[in-house]
Amino acid sequence: MKDGVNGVALAVFIFFFLAVTVMGFLAARWRKAENDSLDEWGLGGRSFGTWVTWFLLGGDLYTAYTFVAVPAAIYAAGAAGFFAVPYTILIYPLIFTFLPRLWSVSHKHGYVTTSDFVRGRFGSKGLSLAVALTGILATMPYIALQLVGIQAVLDVMGVGGGEDTNWFIKDLPLLIAFGVLAAYTYSSGLRAPALIAFVKDTLIYIVIAVAIIYIPIKLGGFDEIFAKASEAYGQTNPATGAPRGALVPGEANQWTYATLALGSALALFMYPHSITATLSSKSREVIRRNTTILPLYSLMLGLLALLGFMAIAAGIKVQNGQLAIPQLFETMFPDWFAGVAFAAIGIGALVPAAIMSIAAANLFTRNIYKDFIRPDATPAQETKVSKLVSLLVKVGALVFVLTMDKTVAINFQLLGGIWILQTFPALVGGLFTRWFHRWALLAGWAVGMLYGTMAAYGVASPTQKHFGGSSAEIPGIGEIGYIGLTAFVLNVVITVVLTFVLRAAKAPDGIDETRPEDYTADAGDAGVQVELPPATAGTSH
Amino acid sequence: MSEAPEVRPTVVTPVRVVIALCLFAPFVAMLWVGSYAKTDPAFIGIPFFYWYQMAWVLISTALTCTAYVLWQRDQRTRKARQQAGGAAK
Repeated sequence: MKDGVNGVALAVFIFFFLAVTVMGFLAARWRKAENDSLDEWGLGGRSFGTWVTWFLLGGDLYTAYTFVAVPAAIYAAGAAGFFAVPYTILIYPLIFTFLPRLWSVSHKHGYVTTSDFVRGRFGSKGLSLAVALTGILATMPYIALQLVGIQAVLDVMGVGGGEDTNWFIKDLPLLIAFGVLAAYTYSSGLRAPALIAFVKDTLIYIVIAVAIIYIPIKLGGFDEIFAKASEAYGQTNPATGAPRGALVPGEANQWTYATLALGSALALFMYPHSITATLSSKSREVIRRNTTILPLYSLMLGLLALLGFMAIAAGIKVQNGQLAIPQLFETMFPDWFAGVAFAAIGIGALVPAAIMSIAAANLFTRNIYKDFIRPDATPAQETKVSKLVSLLVKVGALVFVLTMDKTVAINFQLLGGIWILQTFPALVGGLFTRWFHRWALLAGWAVGMLYGTMAAYGVASPTQKHFGGSSAEIPGIGEIGYIGLTAFVLNVVITVVLTFVLRAAKAPDGIDETRPEDYTADAGDAGVQVELPPATAGTSH
Repeated sequence: MSEAPEVRPTVVTPVRVVIALCLFAPFVAMLWVGSYAKTDPAFIGIPFFYWYQMAWVLISTALTCTAYVLWQRDQRTRKARQQAGGAAK
């Protein structure tokens, strides 16, 4: 790592950040803004067309996950980190199959969150609460991942961090990242991320294009890169006594690879922020059409993942794998372009983090605060609560960063996945059948959450005793697999068994307010609302 | 759940089976890791394992497009038949 502050890169970085911040504050004035209503703050006044919406959704995939965590995983262990590519491939058939149904039923009944749907479908407030709590909890480690991304960039530019023994200087990049994110979300809500998404995606495309053409040429082509990487993975890691990694997953790791890919794919569209973005598209056919374009994102992800190999070939040696890619950029690019690349990573982490915390906050206000605490809250109160909660969610994220192993940031996202996957049976099951009993779903959820959390707690890594990874032995099979998927299977089994028992015992069913034809309704059909009601303030349903 | 989208009490038509296959194929291909966990043949220096999966991004895109087009056609003929059936009654 270079000593001291990289002045030019830092200046360019600050320039873009300031530009974006100014845009963010101006965004609050974009069209008219009375930022006092939650509608205005949390949904950007709902004036977004399809195009903006899909920019926002693309933001879910282009985050610090893509730029920092995945290449870092590859840098650290090779093939194992590449599961992100099959993961994103599997997302699209899944979206194609179930999201149009969710769109239809939501637009027919004015559902804005997954909790709304679950309550309406199963007539169970308890199940709705479980889904809301899970959504909020699972979003926190995902935001934590974004904070780690911003931190890595600041660290490489020499703004504090590094091996300094003074805790304040060591954690300075993290504190700055947190401060910027909090101030920025609090002041302008969802409008700012939407506007900035354009800047962010443009910057990211430029950086990707340059990185995947320029760097391999400078390093002597892919042959050279993979030869060097192969050599590096063969060396024994002193901490574990095993080789560092492999170019191709061995027999023993194939289960892990497949379960991570499948589990992550099933989890992605359960997150509150992805559901919000999907529901705001104009018609159900738009969702299907978009599944045919969005895979371009996956291709970029694959190319970015290869940067992990390039970092090895370029001789980057870092203790903390998350720094590998920023360090690669600093080494390979002229300072000014390194600054552009850092800005792309930084803003690319900031925007999703803001969207995620707003979505989680809306979920709290709508499905917990209004349903359980103050049903008669005024719009101003709702906005206040939402803003406060969005701050708390970020503090929660900070706790994850400080307590978990930052050197394997991809685990943050995988931990969130373990939790959010447990809402899948209620949500997707509910979209296709009403056979599951609400109490069985709740029991399955509880067991899945408990098992998943305990199993993740029990995973040790060389640097950390608990929450050191996201894979563990699958009971009964003996292979190592993604804990989230194991917990999910357990969840489904319990739900099915208990449903049989409860149905036999004639346990009372909740009231279903939806009808079969609601699930296939499209824009233009009778009773379909083109614009959904605001998440909380002034809900008329 | 990755089989036939929107299963209705009505028939399983050949077109819908094709749609289901289009959507299901990526799962088989990607989750069968053993089928592609090898380095050769390499493509412009990239080991098979990596370029094969990236190629599948394109293949699955093509499959999803096919499914989308077939689904739309299916819906249209369905609607037309419903209207014709309604008129005959």
